[in-house]
Amino acid sequence: MTELIVKNGFVYDPLNRINGEKMDISIRDGKIVESVKENAKLVDASGMVVMPGGVDIHSHIAGGEVDTARLLRPEDHVKDVEVKTALTRSGVGYSIPSTFTTGYRYSRMGYTTVMNPSMAPLHARHTHEELSDTPMIDKGSYPLLGDWWFSLEHIRDGLIEENAAHIAWMLKATRGYAIKIVNPGGLEAWGFGRNVHSIDDPVPNFGITPREIIRGLCKVNTMLNLPHTIHLHTNNLGQPGNYVTALESMKCVEDLAREDRPVLHITHIQFCAFKGADWRNLKSGAEEISNYVNNHSHVTLDMGQVVFSDTTTMTADGPFQYGLYHLTGNKWVNHDVETETSGGIVPFRYKRSSAVHATQWSIALEIALLIEDPWKILMTTDHPNGGPFTSYPKVMVWLISKGAREKVLSKINKRARKKSLLPSIDRELSLYELAVVTRAGQAKALGLKDKGHLGVGADADIAIYDINPERADPAKKFVAARKAFTSAAYTIKSGEIVVKDGEIVKPVFGKTYWVDVKTSMSHDVNDDIKRKFREYWTVEYENYPIREGFLYAPAPIAVKAEV
Amino acid sequence: MLPLQSPSKRRFKNLIALTPKRVFKFPIEGKNISPDIFAEKSAKEIAALEMWEGNRKRFLGELFDIKNDSSASEEFTIKIEGDVSKVRNIGFRMSMGQIIVDGDVGMHLGEEMSGGAITVSGNAGSWAGSQMKGGTIEIKGNAGNYIGAAYRGSTKGMNGGKVVIHGNAGHEVGCFMRKGLIKILGNVGIFAGIHMNNGTIFVQGNSEGRAGAQMTNGKIVLAGHSEDVMPTFTVDDIKAKVKVDGEKIEGPFYRFIGDLADKGKGKLFVSKPKNPYLSHYEKYLE
Repeated sequence: MTELIVKNGFVYDPLNRINGEKMDISIRDGKIVESVKENAKLVDASGMVVMPGGVDIHSHIAGGEVDTARLLRPEDHVKDVEVKTALTRSGVGYSIPSTFTTGYRYSRMGYTTVMNPSMAPLHARHTHEELSDTPMIDKGSYPLLGDWWFSLEHIRDGLIEENAAHIAWMLKATRGYAIKIVNPGGLEAWGFGRNVHSIDDPVPNFGITPREIIRGLCKVNTMLNLPHTIHLHTNNLGQPGNYVTALESMKCVEDLAREDRPVLHITHIQFCAFKGADWRNLKSGAEEISNYVNNHSHVTLDMGQVVFSDTTTMTADGPFQYGLYHLTGNKWVNHDVETETSGGIVPFRYKRSSAVHATQWSIALEIALLIEDPWKILMTTDHPNGGPFTSYPKVMVWLISKGAREKVLSKINKRARKKSLLPSIDRELSLYELAVVTRAGQAKALGLKDKGHLGVGADADIAIYDINPERADPAKKFVAARKAFTSAAYTIKSGEIVVKDGEIVKPVFGKTYWVDVKTSMSHDVNDDIKRKFREYWTVEYENYPIREGFLYAPAPIAVKAEV
Repeated sequence: MLPLQSPSKRRFKNLIALTPKRVFKFPIEGKNISPDIFAEKSAKEIAALEMWEGNRKRFLGELFDIKNDSSASEEFTIKIEGDVSKVRNIGFRMSMGQIIVDGDVGMHLGEEMSGGAITVSGNAGSWAGSQMKGGTIEIKGNAGNYIGAAYRGSTKGMNGGKVVIHGNAGHEVGCFMRKGLIKILGNVGIFAGIHMNNGTIFVQGNSEGRAGAQMTNGKIVLAGHSEDVMPTFTVDDIKAKVKVDGEKIEGPFYRFIGDLADKGKGKLFVSKPKNPYLSHYEKYLE
């Protein structure tokens, strides 16, 4: 029985409404408990901030695209090499770190749970192999189901319950955590060299629209009682004027909301909050988006913050990536995953001097600061699309300090600076709100009951940062705050100290969450499905699902569905 | 990463002579053999510099005999006497002084160097002068592939300085080159100046062809026979002479513009007398 007590820290635990109170946290066997014996191991957190371990709702850390991007970018690795130590393995960064390096770097920042948001069902095996090799963090993965043939057919035929049973089977087959939808309908159209340009454009060969796909899967999500909502990457991503599409996507599920619970998560909202007719007069759609979100409670968002760096963009949105290739002239990969989805990768450098990039930088912060309720907007960079996750500390200080924002503002493109709303926004997130957008809100949106808080019974995942809010205002001393967020004083994972002073002191392996949905209606395995697998897939139906025991440390979450 | 030192602040008059103690069988990582690193050190400290031989950690003193002659040279000089064709990355990021190799040398010679001079009496491996920004490299023998090229996957090749090869060079010379001069007095392999953005490549001997593929700008001069001229180049003019590094090369030369597949404006000069098969291009010039 291992016992640990974290003493005298300033605790920020928004889910239990604890705002910077000095208190002790007791830990026994990886869980937070009421009290421990006196001889419990002491972690002295006096003069430091204690938060639940960081949770990341959207970060591409494993899977087909990530691995292809690694192959594509040797020049990204050569500049950022991690040398083997007595405890840790060697690896490389920068924007697409190798699996072990990914785990170590998250842990050093006090993160303990990371969700991989894009997994082609056919790549599920590979993705889970990589996730099993990613140490230090708990993780999960969202299968791409927005352009899944069977689902589209069910939606076309109005078979909503059959669709639900099928999706439940798919979540089990891929060991998935949530329904990910990328450019609904567009990826299917991309298989024929086309795209959809609004949520009411018909999808070729199916005769349905993206609106029907979003609504159909949203209903399925509710029927299955999944812990997370549908996770949507909107149509028209990265196109000027696309904030309209984002608003329409939010509006189209308004009537499906139940009580005040969210039914839709729109991811990397920055990339779909562009106003203006073309790139030259690109403006921020932050006001419209945040106005809508302030008045509705059925949506959660994450930022998709842009950080000025040399990074690698990768999404399942093939047509978008094709456009990005044309924009940059950079090397690129485009990929059609059989009948399931597509994918694309383009290295990308966000420059301060570019009006478009600087406006993008501004948009995400504007949205995050204009949305009043921090539980609705979560901090991400859509790693690595907006910037690598290692730049989170920068984003955190931009959120908590106007001074930090102004420092960057003074260095960005003049035209972008003139258009930016940031100079007019005085809001600075408190540490309590920061804990919401980086852990509590993320865990709540994900429906992870044991994560993101420090109440009794929660997983003992804790981050301790060397920031003393009594002595200095982190909004003023933002450089020190950034350093503190970069290397956590302590990271505690499942009740064990894994990081001390920003260095790994104990390598551990986390769990992989997946949702095991029990439906009363059985998944209909008919000859038609088997025939289609035989005709259209390279893998037979029988070999398609991931078998028991394939995951290194599976953590199924049992859910009872309504169908 | 190794610290760069400013050459202007200090002037060292020193000569360090290195002689291999034995024939090297395994690749040796020689990043530490550079005037910038040797400059402030005594012979004892130099002997204690770390090297890797295969997967074994060694000290420089275990692999080389070190002699310090403090009055023999005008400039800080490292003289290597013997075969170091297994030692790679000699002169990595050097910014001053000179390295003289009396023998063959391994891969990545003078990678990312920004100043100083390297002279090799024998042959050099691939990647010599890769990503260099300044200084000169002179190779009396032959050189391998990717001279002055970019790192794998990168689009930032040689960005200044000068490489002169008296013998032959391999394939993809000057890949993604941005600035500077590569002079090859012997023959060259395929794809000389591939992806070139700017700078100059001069080849005295023959070329195996496909020169300038995907070049967007810059100048390639092929004074000998060339196997082909890419179909994505268009003939522009015939020039009697071409200027390379201030020196006028007698022609006449066909001047081609390309690579049009990449909307390139690069200039490819191909000797007229050595390539009579290109005469059919002349009808487009009338």
